[in-house]
Amino acid sequence: MKKYIYYPGCSLERNASAYNDSTLAIAEPLGMEYQEVDDWNCCGAVEFIAVDKMQAYALTTRNLALAEQQLSNGEQMVAPCSACFLNLSKCDAYLTASPDLAGKINQALAAGGMHYTPGRVHTRHLLDVIVNDVGYDAIAEKVKKPLYDLRIAPYYGCLIVRPGFLDKFDDPEYPTSLDNLMRTLGGTVVDFPMKAHCCGGHMTQISDEIALNLINNLLKNAADYGADVIATICPMCQLNLDAYQKDVNKALGTNYNIPILYFTQLIGLAMGLSADELGFGKEIIDAAPALAKIGVKPPKKARKARPSKEALPMPTMPEEE
Amino acid sequence: MTVDASLKEVSSSAATVPRRTFLQEVIEDTPGSDPRFEMCIQCGTCGGSCPSGPDMEYSPRRIFAMIEANMREEVLKANTFWYCVSCYYCMARCPQEVHITDLMYTLKRKAIREGYCRESSASDAPDFSEYFVDAVLKYGRSFELGLATRYHLRHHPLGAVKMATGMGLDMLRRGRMDLTPRRIKNLDQLQAIMAKAEEIGRVEREQGGIR
Ligand code: SF4
Ligand code: SF4
Repeated sequence: MKKYIYYPGCSLERNASAYNDSTLAIAEPLGMEYQEVDDWNCCGAVEFIAVDKMQAYALTTRNLALAEQQLSNGEQMVAPCSACFLNLSKCDAYLTASPDLAGKINQALAAGGMHYTPGRVHTRHLLDVIVNDVGYDAIAEKVKKPLYDLRIAPYYGCLIVRPGFLDKFDDPEYPTSLDNLMRTLGGTVVDFPMKAHCCGGHMTQISDEIALNLINNLLKNAADYGADVIATICPMCQLNLDAYQKDVNKALGTNYNIPILYFTQLIGLAMGLSADELGFGKEIIDAAPALAKIGVKPPKKARKARPSKEALPMPTMPEEE
Repeated sequence: MTVDASLKEVSSSAATVPRRTFLQEVIEDTPGSDPRFEMCIQCGTCGGSCPSGPDMEYSPRRIFAMIEANMREEVLKANTFWYCVSCYYCMARCPQEVHITDLMYTLKRKAIREGYCRESSASDAPDFSEYFVDAVLKYGRSFELGLATRYHLRHHPLGAVKMATGMGLDMLRRGRMDLTPRRIKNLDQLQAIMAKAEEIGRVEREQGGIR
């Protein structure tokens, strides 16, 4: 068993719980053991740095400091979310490059009785670890139900390949590691020229028009090449392409119906795990037809409607404290 | 260098800081060792690579030219950096290895601090960032429903209804949204660190003549 420190991040706790479930479900068969960072906090996403530089770096570094305390034998830290991966690796790279910044951040951490040694905790993205540490051959040995007939568009998004603050494990503009991984699982990889383009990030919150256009470009590209599913490696990409797909259809008169699945879910299916174990049923665009194509039963517990069927409780302004 | 020594170095020069050019100010307010902002050769690769380029008032290349020309107000009122989606295409392609994405963050912070963001055509965007920060300072983790609710009610009442009946409902039904925030255990520790970090940042700006 190879040991890693695990930083799930806020998205995997709830909105991307399918990513968390499937990541944990395939860990043991792939010979990986995770120890979660105890009491980790938000990585800051792309928002914190837009408001306060010193706080943003202190926030991210608290996680690195917690991980440093848990190191026993030079383990590396794994982050499945691209934004968390980017923030943690970038923060470590900048602290290492700038003793001035590191000094100030450690002065802030000291107010909470903490300290981080720049360079001590090396953060990598889950895709990097799976293709380079576990490796294609070891994965191929575990494939019991190859994904023959499933046409997969491998989607990388931005932050795991660009700019590569610590490691450059794949090409920044035309990466291939996820393509190869999907082929290892027996899947048919379709051409997807936009595979490293942006999902729109937080633009869905700021400008519908810009965001829906960016999302549409990606969906159109995948649809044009006949993809049954898009394989993703990031909760933000999943959310934008999945939860806003109906909005794109409404706003732009399109008719997409492409499930957006985590690459860990596809690895799990190929290893013969059930849809339930892999968090299926949480996607907004139903994956059942794609699952049927490869002879997998849809999840049992999916689509459990909540008691209030009409609407969320009408939102109210949270009280200011 | 120790923390105290590095702080002292800043403060010893504080009394005599001359008025900074806008370029010097943004360089000093950007993390990392050297953002290489003065290395821009105006090739335009960044703007040509930017997915938001067509929607920006000024391309990233133009922003660099305007900063060099000390056009501080025009730059800080622009929508350019608010429409940046942090895709890092520009940085991956820039022949001069300029840290362009970091500049966008620095300009966001300055536009918020100096109030220019209210005059930008993307004036909703800063609130989204600020509400996100508020939630993380309060709980230690992000809280999607609270953030979306507060933001949409203020800026897009229709968006709030859409949230409550459309996508938000979809997310809730599939167990993908929390109704209540999750808190970290050691919130006091985090808040003490954040308070100190805020103070260090403020002192750094005051002593460095950074607005
Ligand atoms: S790509 Fe780099 S050198 Fe070229 S205009 Fe942009 S910042 Fe300047
Ligand atoms: S990081 Fe921002 S400025 Fe650079 S190409 Fe992407 S959206 Fe444009």
